[in-house]
Amino acid sequence: MKKFINDPSAVVTEALAGMAAAHPSLRVDLDQRVVYRARPKPDGRVALVSGGGSGHEPMHGGFVGTGMLDAACAGEVFTSPVPDQILAATKEVDRGAGVLHIVKNYTGDVMNFEMAAELAAADGIEVATVVTADDVAVQDSTYTAGRRGVGVTVLLEKIVGAAAESGADLESLTALARRVAEGGRSMGVALTSGTVPAAGQPTFDLPEDQMEVGIGIHGEPGRRREPLAPAHEIAQMLVEPILDDADFTQGDTIAFLNGMGATPEIELYLMYGEVAKILADQGITVARTLVGSYMTSLDMSGCSLTLLSADDELLRWWDAPVNTPGLRWGR
Amino acid sequence: MPDAWDVPLLTEWLTGFRDAVDQAGEELTALDSAIGDADHGSNMRRGLAAAVAAVSQAPPADCGAFFKTVGMSLVSNVGGASGPLYGTLFLRMGTVAGTAGTLAIQLFGECLQAGLDGLVQRGKAQPGDKTMVDAMLPAVRAYDEVAADGGPMVSALTAAAQAAAQGRDGTTPMEAKKGRASYLGERSVGHQDPGATSMTLLFETAAKVFA
Repeated sequence: MKKFINDPSAVVTEALAGMAAAHPSLRVDLDQRVVYRARPKPDGRVALVSGGGSGHEPMHGGFVGTGMLDAACAGEVFTSPVPDQILAATKEVDRGAGVLHIVKNYTGDVMNFEMAAELAAADGIEVATVVTADDVAVQDSTYTAGRRGVGVTVLLEKIVGAAAESGADLESLTALARRVAEGGRSMGVALTSGTVPAAGQPTFDLPEDQMEVGIGIHGEPGRRREPLAPAHEIAQMLVEPILDDADFTQGDTIAFLNGMGATPEIELYLMYGEVAKILADQGITVARTLVGSYMTSLDMSGCSLTLLSADDELLRWWDAPVNTPGLRWGR
Repeated sequence: MPDAWDVPLLTEWLTGFRDAVDQAGEELTALDSAIGDADHGSNMRRGLAAAVAAVSQAPPADCGAFFKTVGMSLVSNVGGASGPLYGTLFLRMGTVAGTAGTLAIQLFGECLQAGLDGLVQRGKAQPGDKTMVDAMLPAVRAYDEVAADGGPMVSALTAAAQAAAQGRDGTTPMEAKKGRASYLGERSVGHQDPGATSMTLLFETAAKVFA
């Protein structure tokens, strides 16, 4: 393991300290490990809180700011935050209009946010929760933990964050968030494993000529292993299972090609070019595109593709100004 | 040989569990690397260190207070799925133990059953899902059988530890249905479940305290 660290157990806190030093627009509570906006929202606006394991940067701390989140709770690497952190964040950002929790569908995240929401409700704060579950690599059934929440989380935080900024109430924001969560599908591949600092070695062994297909964002192996293929074939492996699961030909689509942390932009753009060709052939209209590393898996190399069905309202919120360390446009 | 739990023995159990997890930390992480995200060992180490610190700094007045302190420490420090699961287990044990100063074989069995119920309720896992339930459920059953025959405690806990270990070994051929391992589907087959492994350490340590 070769990493810029002092002590494996201090990585998250020290990274947050650096983030605070780099971004005066943020206020970081190093004890609770919560990232806040330095200038909170005005009273009467709904606040958005998300969070999860660390190691996915810029998600979620990098998405705190105008037009996206009000607070993000940072768990240990690949480990969900604990209820204390989520409760502290929820209390701090509540402006009297309620708080929306944005949770990725992982057992630990769901349970810790659930416990925090119960505690917040006991304190008289109105909390609604939306769970993202967009990963088509996972079979969804009542006998499993269900699909993982992956790339659509970033799109949801952008879209619902813009709507929250405009003053929408908790009920309509929750409905909007559910619509985004239900309209998104994702699929990922990995070329290498990531290395968790506390573990000190790659999470799984992947030979030079192999890749993992159907990965999540926690360095866990994927659904299957296949020989490494040219980019245009990998693009097919990303697009096909998504289109088998949902129809994207009936309206506009937002396409998001996400890097896993160690894949350079040159490869991400190359891959997006291949994806764009396939989508065009399939009669899918890509109205907006996001390419880059926004929801990473430490130093894993690989990528995931997320497609989101979008109507005019969703596109309007997508285009609205956003000013966070990780995502910034408009003004 | 004692035949009931009191706060000093519970503390011995907790510190013994912490030591066992410390020793097994690399094994737990290796098991979790195969089918999860390589953090079960480090998360449990962190939570148990906090729990031991909490009960040493302010020794609880009774068994119920002991379990509640441990449960809250785990919920507040572990994270992931293990935090709420182990935390709920101990919090529910504390509810049954109440203000009791000692827990004899019958009452401790009721505590275990309440902890198991809490675990199942929080994690929504059933036997055969390849989780810590697969170690704890047979352990509680085995304990109850010996308790129904009148004990003693050491026999009940030894039977529980053996049943937990069998349950743990039984998770290897299972396909995971809950937690991150479930995302691997049939690729999770052939790997021992990390949660069932740490749960077995909990019962093995309990048996050692009375040995």
